[in-house]
Amino acid sequence: MGGLSGFFENFGDNLDELGSRMPSILDGIWVTVQLTVLGALCAMLIALVFGLLQTVKFAVLRVIARIFVEFFRGTSLLVQLFWLFYVLPLLGWELHPLFCGVLALALNYGAYGAEVVRGSIGSVPTGQYEAISALSLSPVRGMFRIIIPQAWALMIPSLSNLLIQLLKGTAIVNLISLADLYFQIGQMRAVTGTWFAFLFGLLAYFVIAWICVVGMNALEIRAKHRIGRGPSLMESMSTLLRSPGSKVGSEVT
Amino acid sequence: MSAWSWEHAARSLPLLLDGFKITLLATVLGTLIAVVLGLIVAIARRGLPPLFGYPLTGLVEFIRMTPLVVQLVFANLVLSAHFDTLTIGIWVLGVHYMTYMAEVYRAGIDSVPQGQWEAATALSLPQSRTWRSVIIPQAIRNTLPALGNYAISMFKETPFLSFIFIGEMVRQAVSYGGNTFRYTEPLTMAGLIFLAASYPTSVLIRKLEKKLA
Amino acid sequence: MPENNQSSASAGGGRFQPGERVTSLGAAPDTPHIEFTDVIKRFGDNTVLNDLNFTVAQGERVTLIGPSGSGKTTILRLVMTLEELTGGYIHVGGNPLQYEQSGGRRVRISDKRRRQTTQDIGMVFQHFNLFPNMTVRENIIEAPIHVMGLSKDEASSQAAELLEKVGLSDKQDARPSQLSGGQQQRVAIARALAMDPEVLLLDEVTSALDPELVGEVLGVLKDIASETDISMLIVTHEMQFANDVSDRVMMFDEGSIVEEGAPAKIFSDPSSQRTQDFLRAVL
Repeated sequence: MGGLSGFFENFGDNLDELGSRMPSILDGIWVTVQLTVLGALCAMLIALVFGLLQTVKFAVLRVIARIFVEFFRGTSLLVQLFWLFYVLPLLGWELHPLFCGVLALALNYGAYGAEVVRGSIGSVPTGQYEAISALSLSPVRGMFRIIIPQAWALMIPSLSNLLIQLLKGTAIVNLISLADLYFQIGQMRAVTGTWFAFLFGLLAYFVIAWICVVGMNALEIRAKHRIGRGPSLMESMSTLLRSPGSKVGSEVT
Repeated sequence: MSAWSWEHAARSLPLLLDGFKITLLATVLGTLIAVVLGLIVAIARRGLPPLFGYPLTGLVEFIRMTPLVVQLVFANLVLSAHFDTLTIGIWVLGVHYMTYMAEVYRAGIDSVPQGQWEAATALSLPQSRTWRSVIIPQAIRNTLPALGNYAISMFKETPFLSFIFIGEMVRQAVSYGGNTFRYTEPLTMAGLIFLAASYPTSVLIRKLEKKLA
Repeated sequence: MPENNQSSASAGGGRFQPGERVTSLGAAPDTPHIEFTDVIKRFGDNTVLNDLNFTVAQGERVTLIGPSGSGKTTILRLVMTLEELTGGYIHVGGNPLQYEQSGGRRVRISDKRRRQTTQDIGMVFQHFNLFPNMTVRENIIEAPIHVMGLSKDEASSQAAELLEKVGLSDKQDARPSQLSGGQQQRVAIARALAMDPEVLLLDEVTSALDPELVGEVLGVLKDIASETDISMLIVTHEMQFANDVSDRVMMFDEGSIVEEGAPAKIFSDPSSQRTQDFLRAVL
């Protein structure tokens, strides 16, 4: 297998090996993509529900939402995954590993997302809330028709960051026996050596991450355009490839 | 078999605390590496000519957008002949989070008004002096909460070190479970220890944030 | 402008002759339209309004002037219930806004009752506060449809009429961000009028505008003042405008009324030294 030199000496052979393994690697990528997409959708749902609950008038609901968010942000993703995988069966619930993985990712990143939702709703200018009140619009309608569309544009950069973190987080699921992309890298390593297998694997993750980033950038441009800030999607193709890191905030913990 | 056994909770606790020591050590040293490297990278990205700046930016993005777990295992396989595993783990943690902290510094540096640069030029301050006594002190003040938040993030990702067989807290919990078939107590307590350590810290950081705002 | 007597007491609403305007309200013409009773407003330790009493008659236009921090804007925001009343009562059209006296105690009224009353109150803000995610038309028809229950067609044709009145017929499908400040403020006026308000609150509506855009907004407001019988409470720094549209001007300082009366009297012959100083500073 011979270290970095082996990477260059056997590069041709390794490419052949990669080609012949492509079906199983694509299977692994498919598992990673499933985890990412399903995890992100469920996380978004959790984020919206628990982010919004923190803005309601009833203190009890606010406190419950707060406890949920702090609990799942504070107890570490891997602990949550293991808890779902090892402890729940002891209590009589055996979950499918894929469901376990999706649930752990959704709970953990959903809790982070709830903070993003809460923060961005808080940053919609107070004048908007006052106009809603002055027009006697109901608070619920004002929230969904006026506040959330504006908050949505504000929250996308942070959600984009979280999506990448969620994608990276999926790589731990082979600990609960899921054959994801990372698992397939390990399989390939036995034949091609560490350098080739891991550099290919990291590159594959990187490409998936960039596809996510471009998608989120497109969403952001569209959302901003809809509230009258910035050009339309067609006019701003060049900024689509911008990295999400240029807007890291303090909401990441 | 009852759902919760205090006996197992008590017996696993010393192991968890042993693991927690490693968790803390990794967090502190990892943060130190990330804070220092992040600043160097942020300044380099601003100061270097594009020929070097772009590849550096590319490398930073690559590290930031690929999984920490894969990086840990990769680095361990390649380097374990030369370094001990914990050292490798701490450096990978530090370098991974360096990529985040570099962005925080960059935002902080960008937030220093252009007039400060111009004033320094007008006073004929040399470049290094401008950075040290004008820009960095102002930039860092605003970045403290975000840096703190990433330190907490790193703390909660130290369980990934168990992928390279470092006996941090979660690995201890799972191995206790493997030996006794009691996963409930060690895993629950590991989670609560994380919560007990990270929640007060994040409250402190929020206070700091309010104070600086 | 109707002749108006200068009043020396703080409760001077009744001195205005309401017979000159046909009010759209069912309430008896001698009921004050807006009534402040012993109103107190504090922000923390800072008392902004201290035991304030005044009334506004049906159809009356009252302008509040005075140095910044004198509590004028707070009065408007209290009528719109954007601020919590610390003490006392405010009634609009005879209905309590936030608190009422019941069994000798001061009790809070339900949100539903509050909204029923505030539905008849419109407000135009200093910073317009248009909804950026909606077009001009959507901004205007949102509340008529979802609060007053108009059909989309009814609301849209009403919006078209209002936009014509404010001179923006061609901007129905524009977004607020595509409009100038003066145009945005005219849309905000149309949006407030679409709710067919009986009270209109104008809170420094030209203060955020470039000087060359002030005229178009004031022109629209003057037209509305002459064509309708809406009661108005106005906070403005435009003394000429205040003189042109007001029935009465109230000079505020440190949370209480220093002097009030017809604009002609206040602007040309103020009796209080503080009013004289203020007018000298702004004119």
